[in-house]
Amino acid sequence: MSELGHLKDKIAVVGVGNTPYGNFPEIDDYGLGARAFRAALADCGLEKSRIDGLLVCRIPYYARMGEVLGISPRWTIPLPPHGRMSAMGIIEAMAALNAGLCNYVALIYANIGRSRRVNYGGEESPNVWDPWGYTSPGAAHAMMFRRHMAKYGTTTRQLAEVSVAVRHHATLNPDAVMRSPITIDDHENARPIVLPLRLLDYCLINDGAVSLILTTKERARDLKKPPVLISGVGAKEAFARASIPNFDLDFWYGEVREAANAAYDMAGIGPADVDALMCYDNFSPTILFSLEGLGHCPRGESGRFVEGGTLKLGGKLPTNTDGGHLSNSYMQGWALNVEAVRQLRGECGRRQVPDCAVVQFAATTPCSRSLIYTRG
Amino acid sequence: MSNAYAKPLPKIDLLNRPFWEHAKAGRLAVQRCTGCGHRHMPPSPVCPTCLGENQDWEVVSGRGRLVSWVTFHRAYWGGFGADVPYDVCMVELDEGPILVSNLVGAGQDKAAVGAAVSVLFEPVTPEITLPKFRLVE
Ligand SMILES: [Zn+2]
Repeated sequence: MSELGHLKDKIAVVGVGNTPYGNFPEIDDYGLGARAFRAALADCGLEKSRIDGLLVCRIPYYARMGEVLGISPRWTIPLPPHGRMSAMGIIEAMAALNAGLCNYVALIYANIGRSRRVNYGGEESPNVWDPWGYTSPGAAHAMMFRRHMAKYGTTTRQLAEVSVAVRHHATLNPDAVMRSPITIDDHENARPIVLPLRLLDYCLINDGAVSLILTTKERARDLKKPPVLISGVGAKEAFARASIPNFDLDFWYGEVREAANAAYDMAGIGPADVDALMCYDNFSPTILFSLEGLGHCPRGESGRFVEGGTLKLGGKLPTNTDGGHLSNSYMQGWALNVEAVRQLRGECGRRQVPDCAVVQFAATTPCSRSLIYTRG
Repeated sequence: MSNAYAKPLPKIDLLNRPFWEHAKAGRLAVQRCTGCGHRHMPPSPVCPTCLGENQDWEVVSGRGRLVSWVTFHRAYWGGFGADVPYDVCMVELDEGPILVSNLVGAGQDKAAVGAAVSVLFEPVTPEITLPKFRLVE
């Protein structure tokens, strides 16, 4: 019996929008956020005056965002600039809409890390382990992947399958930042960053913004496009070792499993029903860890599972069909939720998953989340 | 000073001062709750197990097991520029807490998850001594 069953299919994503992705020193977070918001409004045909909820992420000041957009909603949530926030925000918006705190929520995420030369390590993100030279989320994922190799025999060539499949999808996405195909050998020979991880295991750093507009299923009927429903959600944090950021001894297996099972139960489906997976890929190992927690393969088997193109379009589980963070755009989960919506609408052109009816989003992080989207 | 220490130094505060004082004296110490006995690092204002305020510092064996290790080929601080590639390890002490440190000394090619390690102390400034780890034969 699902604890969240009463929320199943109640809330719809009705509008999605994004800016181009790249290096835009001439525009700030608010400008990018406004462009994405305008695109999302146009996508659903809603007047901006109807927006009465605002959730912003990685935007310096929520009120300035409202000023720029000319909106003063009755519900507002600002979220910090962490990669793990996208599904957290979507679930909060869902709860607020269900409670009647607002009727139409705009979620806006913007990132100007490329043009402002953000490094995600060193002086800009101090932690207690700096004196030993330990810094960056990539190093934490290198630590975890080394453990996965030792525990389960996973190889870097298996890890390469992740980067190769996701890049393949980017070659089919005209908006993606990195569009030249790569091979397993390219991955193996890439510049080492923090071994065992190399350049092609790391997400991009680029500027851009994403917006989603959510409302209730009933209100969604009056809008331009068929709604995409949120059919399942699940969540579980792991805060016990937060002083070693972005690291978990067991790759958040238990937490992802708990979040995924809650979402499956709420949606009334199982892993075999998932037509496409949108998986937070800050680093390539995160996809392997996710596949196990989500139940797409047995624990420890993700390396073998991805061999031979499992994650590619036409494979068993098409994953990150827009090219993900590794090759499309570093929109910290937000763009993957947009891709989920576009896949269910059948708007994805050459990268369209045929007969796509169920899309799963997953973030395997200290705040693990799983969402299930279906066609309304 | 031409040879000033150029790497990041710890930010010493009331909570972590005993750790660095012990390290300077060549001892590895962790915070221990006098109420329930829970040991933890980094130190915490209250015990994360029982929420008690009464905590002390316990000198530990300095022995543990490699949880994992990585090799930095990128220097995120200029001060590490001359050190790359350098190894950072994660160690689970026999007494429980997990520390991040450097893996130093001979035989690093024999590093393996679960390998036994022991602490050594490297003074880097007159005030600061960094505990580091080496593989045990
Ligand atoms: Zn206690």
